[in-house]
Formats: sequence, C-alpha cells, structure tokens
Amino acid sequence: MISAWLNQHWYAFSLTIRRFLSAPITNLLSILVMGIAISLPAGIFALMGNLPTVSGQISISPQISLFLKQHATQDDIDLIRTKLEEDKLVASYQFVSKDQALYQLQLDNGLTEAVHNLAHNPLPDAFVVETQDVRVDIIDQLRADMQTWPAIEHAQFDSAWAKRLEALTNFGRMLVLVLLTLLSIAIIAVMFNTIRLQILTRQTEIEVSKLVGATDAFIRRPFLYFGALQGFAGGVTAWLIITFVLQILSDELRVIAGLYAMNFQLHAIGYGDTISLLLFTTWLGWLGARASVASHLWQIEPR
Amino acid sequence: MIQLRHVSKRFPDGYMALSNVDLTIDTGEMVFVTGHSGAGKSTLLKLIATIERPTSGSITINGHNIAQIKPAALPFLRRKIGFVFQDHKLLFDRTVFENVLLPLQISGFDRNTATSRIRAALDKVGLLSKENVLPITLSGGEQQRLCIARAVVHRPAILIADEPTGNLDSAYARDIMAMFFSFHQVGVTVLIATHDANLLEDNKHRVIALQQGKLQNDQRMA
Ligand SMILES: Nc1ncnc2c1ncn2[C@@H]1O[C@H](COP(=O)(O)OP(=O)(O)OP(=O)(O)O)[C@@H](O)[C@H]1O
Ligand SMILES: [Mg+2]
Repeated sequence: MISAWLNQHWYAFSLTIRRFLSAPITNLLSILVMGIAISLPAGIFALMGNLPTVSGQISISPQISLFLKQHATQDDIDLIRTKLEEDKLVASYQFVSKDQALYQLQLDNGLTEAVHNLAHNPLPDAFVVETQDVRVDIIDQLRADMQTWPAIEHAQFDSAWAKRLEALTNFGRMLVLVLLTLLSIAIIAVMFNTIRLQILTRQTEIEVSKLVGATDAFIRRPFLYFGALQGFAGGVTAWLIITFVLQILSDELRVIAGLYAMNFQLHAIGYGDTISLLLFTTWLGWLGARASVASHLWQIEPR
Repeated sequence: MIQLRHVSKRFPDGYMALSNVDLTIDTGEMVFVTGHSGAGKSTLLKLIATIERPTSGSITINGHNIAQIKPAALPFLRRKIGFVFQDHKLLFDRTVFENVLLPLQISGFDRNTATSRIRAALDKVGLLSKENVLPITLSGGEQQRLCIARAVVHRPAILIADEPTGNLDSAYARDIMAMFFSFHQVGVTVLIATHDANLLEDNKHRVIALQQGKLQNDQRMA
C-alpha cells in the first residue's frame, strides 16, 4: 500500500516536471515574474533587518537631560547620582555643574561680555543621561519617573530622532505588509490562471484518467505539485535577486561608510528568513493551484 | 455477475435512452449487444461501467448496487473494469507505452511490474514493436488495438468494448474478435456492442438486441 502511494506521488511529480518542460520558456518567465514580485517586499524586509546595525554605527543613543532646581544642594546632587547608578535603564550619565555650563556658554557663543554683566549664574546644575533602551515609550516612561525625583526642576527627553527612526521602521513594516499582501494576491492570481490554462489543455487527459479509475486526488495532485514547485522556484529566484542586490548595495555602502570613518556591511538574509521565504512562496503557488483546481476540475466529467 | 433491474436512463435534455431494461449477465459470459444507431448500446455499456448513472432501477455488480454507490468509491469500481471506447480516447501526447501505462499508474503499480504487464498486453495485441511511437502514427486498426491493450493491462474481471470493430475491414475485425474470445476463454466477462451483422452471423454467443432503448430480444445460444 505504501509503495502504491509512493508510486502515485512519483507519477504526479514526474508529470509535473513533464508539464514544466512542455513549455519551458513560459514557465521560466512566470517564475521570474514571481521572483521579482516577491523580492520587492522581501528585499525591503531584509534592508530593514539591517537598520539596527546601521543606526548602531551612527550611534546617536537617546539622551535625557535632568535640570536641577536652583536651590539644589550637594546632598540632592549626590542622591540623584546614586539613583542613576542604581537604575538599570541608564547606560551612562554625566554631571554638568552650573559653573561648567556657564563657562561652556561663554566659549560656545562668545557671550563673555554679557555673561560678565550677570549678577548671578542663572543656569541650573544638570545631568545628561544616556539610556540602555532605544524604544521611545520606554524612555518616555523613564523620563516621567525622573521628573518626580526630588530637586528635579525639569526632565527632558529629546525624542525627535528616536521617534523619526521608529516612524521610519513602522512605515517600512507597513510598506512591506501592503506590498506583500498585494503581490501575494497577484501571485495567487497568476498561478490560478496558469493552472486554469493547463486544465483546459489537458481536458482529454483528465477525462481519460477519470474513465480508467483515477480518484480526484490523483488528478489534482500534479496540478498542486506544479503550483508548489513553481512557487518554490519563484522563492529561490527572489532569494537570488535579494542576495545579489544586497551585495551590490553593500559594496557601495562600504565606500560611503569609509568616507565617514565607519565600518558596516549589509547582512544577507538569514537561514530562518530564507526558509520562511521559500515556504511562503511554495504555499502561495500551492494555494493558487488549489483554488484553480477547485473551481475548474469538477467541470470535466467524462462522457 | 451483473444484474440490471428496471433500469431507465433519461438524459438531462429529457431523451429516454433506455427504458425499463432487465438483464442478467453471468460471470465469465461473453455477450453481444446489438441494435440500430441510437438504440442505446453505448448508454447501456456506460451504465454498467459506472460512467453514467441510471435515472431509475438498480445495477448490481457482484452484489454491489452501483446505482447507490458514493461518487468517491466510483474510481475503485472502474479499476475492476476494462473499457474499449467507441472513440478510443487515446492520449496523443503520450507514447503507445505510456498510454497503456496510465491505468497502472492510477493503481500505483511500480515501474518494473508495470513494464512487464504493458509488454505482455502490447504483445497480445501485436503492438510490441511500436511501444515508443506516438498514437497519431498508428493506423485506425492499430489505435483500436492500443485501446484494447489499455483496457486489459490491469487484468480486469469485466471487459467492455463499444464498437471495437467500428471502421475496420472484415479480416481485421475477425482478428480483434478472436482477441476478445481469448479473454473470454480465460474467464473474463466480455461485453461487446456492435451493429456489424457479419460478426453476429456465425456467432455462438448470447446476443442482446436493443430497439429505441428497450430490450427487444435476448438470445441465449446453446
Ligand atoms: N449525453 C447525452 N445527452 C443526451 N442524449 C444522449 C447522450 N448520450 C446519448 N444520447 C442519446 O441517447 C440515444 C442512445 O445513444 P447511444 O450512444 O447509447 O446509442 P448507440 O446505440 O450507442 O448508437 P451508435 O450505434 O450510433 O453508437 C441517442 O439518441 C443519443 O442521441
Ligand atoms: Mg454507441
């Protein structure tokens, strides 16, 4: 029984190959179309996977500025220092005294004259804190906590860049999702039509098979195999395209990065993502074939 | 044993192709079905082969009522029957060998067993030397014989042939009849539809005559 089952599957498989070879150019072209279509969302996804490495290299880690009250004492400053030491979310911090700040102001802006005329130093003591985490909502929460600490006048988080990065990532994710959905539908439609044409041109074969005792499963099988195989080949094509393009981009980026004394390289698609990609396109092809077979095969009844 | 009880077949267009046919065919019998064109010969054979379903009445093959069987079980019934189609139904994009291979592939035979069975079937119909050609290059008679080879390759218990000598000259026709007779001799139940009077002249077998879809005459020869 097992061997009969195997033989039937082997037959379906060889029939699939045969059908593929009967129109090699057409089939190769539709594989190429599939590969290009799916390489678009998959390629953007792969590029996004590179974002953390790139932004890590550029290294603008998020900062919170803590401005102390004017009357803050040395004890207050020490207390804050201890709290910062203990906080696990804090990567590093730096204390900027009001004198230091004033001095910096003079240097930076050439306001020496104006500053000299001040009766007393209007600037507060401050801490500049760098955080471990890069997620905006977590840093915002941390800032809110710090605001309640004693002797803190104002805790400020410059979240603009972080929000920008996050918005960009979200946008990218959305773009991938939209493209993936649309192009997946396109691939299913293409496969649906391919199988429809195959069924139409193989009407006699289907009819005769039914007449000599073929089950529906037996007749469906080569079409499903064809869809799955075509999908798999499309996935492989997409993988090749992405890998090739990332390689080119990576070479170009190395030159640019070199100019900024940075060093990074675009990563190719990982094993896990490669397998997901291939499984997904295989599934898409199978799905299109399945839908086509379901809507066309029952129309062929032998007479 | 094949048994038909009050079998009628009305086509969707309302045409009554068979009406109230009662018939019993014993296992191993050789039976001819005759009648004018449009009498319902093909319809009768297709009902027995489960290709068509009766509108009313019952058809039992070895005790199974095939009129009530689930569609999913039909393929397995069809595998027990060999059918030589009036219009051959050969696959012209496959070689002679591959045409005969189809029923075996459907049953899941392995390649070696299949090959020896196919060679035996092709040898029997005299087409062994043409196993690798495409059917389009075969003569009408050879195509007919290829169809017979495909019908017997899986060694069915029942062999049904619809006008197997259709457009063949009489010498060729006798050849083919001899072939069917040899299957009958090894115990196969054989049903042949024909309107060829010559074939029936010196015939020693049972002849069932149909007219306008009704059983007109059932002659059992001694
Ligand atoms: N699928 C169908 N739909 C409607 N009418 C049909 C169908 N098949 C057969 N008929 C009709 O049923 C009648 C019997 O047809 P059948 O094919 O059984 O005749 P036959 O005896 O085999 O004739 P022939 O010797 O020409 O092959 C004919 O009048 C035919 O037109
Ligand atoms: Mg007929």
